[in-house]
Amino acid sequence: MGVISISETPLHVLAVDDSNIDRKLIERLLKTFSYHVTAVDSGIKALEFLGLQDVENFQSFSPSPEVEVNLVITDYCMPGMTGFELLRKIKESKSLKDIPVVIMSSDNIPARINRCLEEGAEEFFLKPVRMSDVDKLKPYLSKNERKTTDEEECVSNDSSGAMDDDDGGGGNDGVEARSDEDEQIEKDQSLLILPP
Amino acid sequence: MAAVSQLQRQFIEYTTSLYNEGYLDDQFTQLQKLQDESNPEFVVEVVSLFFEDSEKLLNNLATALQQKIVDYKQVDSHVHQFKGSSSSIGAQRVTNVCVHFRNYCEEKNLDGCLRCLQQVKHEYILVRNKLETLFRLEQQIVQAGGSIPMME
Repeated sequence: MGVISISETPLHVLAVDDSNIDRKLIERLLKTFSYHVTAVDSGIKALEFLGLQDVENFQSFSPSPEVEVNLVITDYCMPGMTGFELLRKIKESKSLKDIPVVIMSSDNIPARINRCLEEGAEEFFLKPVRMSDVDKLKPYLSKNERKTTDEEECVSNDSSGAMDDDDGGGGNDGVEARSDEDEQIEKDQSLLILPP
Repeated sequence: MAAVSQLQRQFIEYTTSLYNEGYLDDQFTQLQKLQDESNPEFVVEVVSLFFEDSEKLLNNLATALQQKIVDYKQVDSHVHQFKGSSSSIGAQRVTNVCVHFRNYCEEKNLDGCLRCLQQVKHEYILVRNKLETLFRLEQQIVQAGGSIPMME
C-alpha cells in the first residue's frame, strides 16, 4: 500500500525582538505563511537557541541536530546585544554563517541600513513589518542551496566611518535616533564585553 | 435582523471616522487581516498588550521627567518604545506625538518634554477609549448573531 508522506518539515524562523507586541506580530505574520516560529526577546537568547554555547566568549559551539533554523529575523534596537551585533556573531560563526538574517527597525536611517546589508543581512525591513515584507523572505527560505545574487553586492557610499552620516534630510519624517546610533558605535567597540 | 444591520452600519461609520480623524492608520487594518478563525482574538490581544505597555511607559516617563537631573537618554528610550508600539498597532496620533517628543529629548528641552508627555497621554487615552468602543460594538454585533464587516 503506498503511503504518501509529507517529507517537508516546515521551515523554521527564529524571531528576535525585545518588544512583546512586535514579537506577537512577527510571529503571527510568519505563521500565516506556515513557517514554524520560535520567538525570543534577546540576542543572547537567540545565540543560545542557535547552539552557541559559552556566549560570553563565543568559543565553543555545540550544534543540536533537532534545532534547525532556516532564517533569523531580528529587531535592530535591543538592550544588551543589538540586532547588528547578533548579525555579526552569526556571520562570524563557521556553523551559523549560512543562515540568512533579516533586520527590522522602526528608524529609517540609511547609514544603519547600509551597515547591516554590508555585514551580510539579506533584507532590512522598516517597522511595522507587513505581509508584503514577509513575502520577500521566500527565496531565502528555500531548502535549495542559497545563491548569492548580484543585488547583494552593496555599493558603498563613502562609508569612511559613515556611522554618523544620517543626514536626516531627504524623505525622513524627522525621526532622529542619533543617540541610538552613537550607542551602537560604542557598543560595537566593546563587542566582546557582555554583561554577566 | 434590523438590529444587526443597524449595528453593522454603526460599526462601519465608527471605524471610518477613526481612520478619517487619524486615530488609526492602515497598520490597524493589517492587524485585522491577521485575525481569522484560528486566531479569533488576535486584534484584541495585541491591543491589550499595547494598553498594558502604554500605562507602564506613561508612568516611567512621568517618573523620569520628575528627576532632579533628567536623564534624557532614558526618557528618549521610553518614547522610542512608545513610538514603536503605537506604530505597530496603527495608533497614528500617538506615534506622531512621540516623534515630536523625541526631538525635545534630543534638545534636552524639559518644557517641551513635559508638554509632549501631557499630549501623548491625552492621545493615548483618546485612542484607548475609541478602541474599547470599537470592540464593544463588535461584541454587540456578534451577540446579535451578525458578523463583523470587513473594512477595506
